[in-house]
Amino acid sequence: MSYIPKPKVHHPSLRKNLIGLTRRDYEGSITTLCAGCGHDSVTAAIIQAFWELEIEPHKVAKLSGIGCSSKTPAYFLRESHGFNSVHGRMPSLATGAAAANRDLIMIGISGDGDSLSIGLGQLCHAIRRNVNLLYVLENNGVYGLTKGQFSAAADIGTTSKKGEVNEMGPVDGVLLALSLGATFVARSFSGDKEQLVPILKAGIRHQGFAFVDVISPCVTFNDHEGSTKAYAYTREHQHGVVAADFVPERSEITTEYPEGSTQEVTMHDGSRLRLRKLDPDYNPTDRDRAYSYIRERQASGETVTGLLYIDPDSKDMMSTISRPLYNRPYESLCPGSAALDKLQARFR
Amino acid sequence: MKDQVNDFAFKIGTPNGTGSASANGLVMQTIFRMGIPVTGKNLFPSNIQGLPTWYEIRVNKNGYVARTPVFDLMVAMNSATYAQDVAEVRPGGWLLYDSSWPLDDRLIRPDVSYIGVPIAQMCGEAFKGVRERILMKNIVYAGALAALLDMDTEIIRGLTREKFSKKPALLDSNDGAINLGYFYVKEHYESPLPIRLEKMDKTGDSILIDGNTSASLGCVYAGATVGAWYPITPSTSMMEGFKGFCQRFRHNPETNEDDYMIVQAEDELSAIGIVIGASWAGARAFTPTSGPGISLMNEFLGLAYYSEVPTVVFDVQRTGPSTGMPTRTQQGDLLLCAYASHGDTKHLCLYPSDPREAFEFAVVAFDLAEHFQTPVLVLTDLDIGMNDWMIPKLTWDDSYVPKRGKVLSAEELEAAVSFSRYLDVDGDGIPYRTLPGVHPKGAFFTRGSGHNKFGAYTEDGFEYQEVLDRIARKIETARTAVPPPVFIRREGAKVGLITVGGCHAACVEALDQLPGVEYMRVRGFPFAPEVREFLDSHEVNFVVEQNRDGQLRSLLILDTGVCGDKLKSIRYYSGFPMSAQHVLAGLKA
Repeated sequence: MSYIPKPKVHHPSLRKNLIGLTRRDYEGSITTLCAGCGHDSVTAAIIQAFWELEIEPHKVAKLSGIGCSSKTPAYFLRESHGFNSVHGRMPSLATGAAAANRDLIMIGISGDGDSLSIGLGQLCHAIRRNVNLLYVLENNGVYGLTKGQFSAAADIGTTSKKGEVNEMGPVDGVLLALSLGATFVARSFSGDKEQLVPILKAGIRHQGFAFVDVISPCVTFNDHEGSTKAYAYTREHQHGVVAADFVPERSEITTEYPEGSTQEVTMHDGSRLRLRKLDPDYNPTDRDRAYSYIRERQASGETVTGLLYIDPDSKDMMSTISRPLYNRPYESLCPGSAALDKLQARFR
Repeated sequence: MKDQVNDFAFKIGTPNGTGSASANGLVMQTIFRMGIPVTGKNLFPSNIQGLPTWYEIRVNKNGYVARTPVFDLMVAMNSATYAQDVAEVRPGGWLLYDSSWPLDDRLIRPDVSYIGVPIAQMCGEAFKGVRERILMKNIVYAGALAALLDMDTEIIRGLTREKFSKKPALLDSNDGAINLGYFYVKEHYESPLPIRLEKMDKTGDSILIDGNTSASLGCVYAGATVGAWYPITPSTSMMEGFKGFCQRFRHNPETNEDDYMIVQAEDELSAIGIVIGASWAGARAFTPTSGPGISLMNEFLGLAYYSEVPTVVFDVQRTGPSTGMPTRTQQGDLLLCAYASHGDTKHLCLYPSDPREAFEFAVVAFDLAEHFQTPVLVLTDLDIGMNDWMIPKLTWDDSYVPKRGKVLSAEELEAAVSFSRYLDVDGDGIPYRTLPGVHPKGAFFTRGSGHNKFGAYTEDGFEYQEVLDRIARKIETARTAVPPPVFIRREGAKVGLITVGGCHAACVEALDQLPGVEYMRVRGFPFAPEVREFLDSHEVNFVVEQNRDGQLRSLLILDTGVCGDKLKSIRYYSGFPMSAQHVLAGLKA
């Protein structure tokens, strides 16, 4: 729960970003999740990403549904508006907020129950609409708050803490997003901050729906032998294929990489994304190849991670709206009495 | 026989999907332009093609606009419903039918005059192509009606010219079809009939409009910028209306920019979520739906109530429970809307009685929702929403300023020492709110989980109750802010007649035959203090409404505490609009 305020103490030696804020300024209240929870690492990565991007916290809106993961928006960006809503319905709220104020930088936090069971429909349609939102699915394969039931993300053959075997096939968020036409699809691991932070930064800057599935183990209910979402299992089976280096607009790329091993994508705000291919066979702008590659690796027991797909030409749902609607002056919205008079000729 | 000038009703029966709407509209509009008060009720099936559909037109010089169940003339264009249609004509009435084929003897009633016009045959000869032949059959019966009822043919021609000014070929076919019907009747029958029209000047300041169109126009005038919806009969045309008006008024063709956003959601859950998200971010947003949509929206309505986010919902009611009869009207959602969602809730409801009030209350709904930071549900019904009503022209006061409620600006936040979302700073139960993206000091965490007055999570019983009680106080003050009831007062009346929404037309018509009965129509919930006073001032009150269980009556008892013994119930819930006869019969029973 989020009722423990965190003391706002600044150590003078803490590094500041270009807008004069330290990482502390991007924190929230003290987490109430279990010690060692993967979600807390994701929260730390989010804090790092926003700090590195030098975003003013109050320009951000953070939304969530219900569940352990959905509590975490209270633990970062205390100067941002937050909305901890109802179970599985965060995507619709985010759609509305984006429609009202297209300048908001939005991050949605969800879990595998919230996204892939009760909220599956909302997730799918937010992807279809390409809402401008970084959507982080903190995936632990289990319902934590209700004490350890399998979620829809649980793999076939995975066992619960009590030894029960899951026999139903999973809903795979990454494959789902790819097949629905998502314009930004990534998978990462809460224990791999080096990979995750650049993905989050790219997702924040992406114009459209950035889907990031983060395997984020539940230390209390799903970190045992037999679980495919445990720390040990994920470390062993994770197969990174693309690393994303996020390059802000004003910076120059200085690191040299061998010819053909990188692919560069220019984001809509002018910043660039350098995608380093850890597997030369992989092409993160080819949706169909990405899909089959992930499937092939899954068959051999590997979990492919990295920035798996990006559509560099992505346009979000607000294509004909260039300014926020919420503060449009009323005079420009109301046609007035003369127009009403004229209009009514049609009803005679 | 005495002529019935400008006081009669007729009904047109056709198979659905054959294009009769434009012919019926033409007839209705012609009568309207002749200056005669007229009402049209479309009784249509939940079907795209083939099932029977009827259009009822009532002409009334006194301006009564309620439905009447007595038909002087039937236009029987659907052989599948001949028997039913013949039976519905009043004794001494007329039946217009397509005599291209002989009528079955069993359909002949001695007390009805039959007017045969070989419509299909004439269309077969005059027009080419199956589709045109079918479509023009409708225009031919309109032409026949023009002769029978003495419609002004110049007005008809004016209307067809307006409609088809850019399609000369269609203009020719339409004019030709009108002439076919008109001159056939003139040659073969004595016309006009004793039921006939005579020009009046009673519609000059009126328009013909449906409530979905006018409500959507109200949303435009209220400054709504975000609309979210899931298509559902009978509310669909409201978002279509909003879209049309926005394309006209909110689109800049030079820059190709829009000042509105419409999202067709995947379901009603999402539609209201979008509205809440947009309102939370500061836009005026709304969703139109019907009963099944309200059922789905319950969870989110509770969130909006408890987290205090303005939310505007239009419920164009249809018959329930469940899918019910989707194309029939009812007032079956009164209780559902008043207390939607689990836990203790109570929502502001507005009850327009016609398209004019639907326009006005749309604006009121946004003002109330933002002032009270709570859901406001506007309840119309299929009859108000989809039928064309004759109403006084809509007017707009250019000095109107939207009441956006207590929203702190960046400057106010900058100057403030601190901000807490749910503090009752002004003692009126209404806290201050802030919008995302505006100022760091305005940040707070909106949640549907237990929270204290500072907006922080709580599981403390006292803190939780403190917020819940303040919300109750806030809603209580809305009694005097929702539109007050309207009355027809009569000195010394011992009987009260009470109704809501679209039953108004039937009630005021009945009242002309009910001396000693006073009238009140409620227009907003929670009920204004005058409502209880009115109930108390009569020995007995009759509550007129369109549902099985007397939901308005229950709501009056629940909300005013009046003794139920004083409230008798008059209910009509077949799915068709109520008529004065139903009210009178209920009072006598």
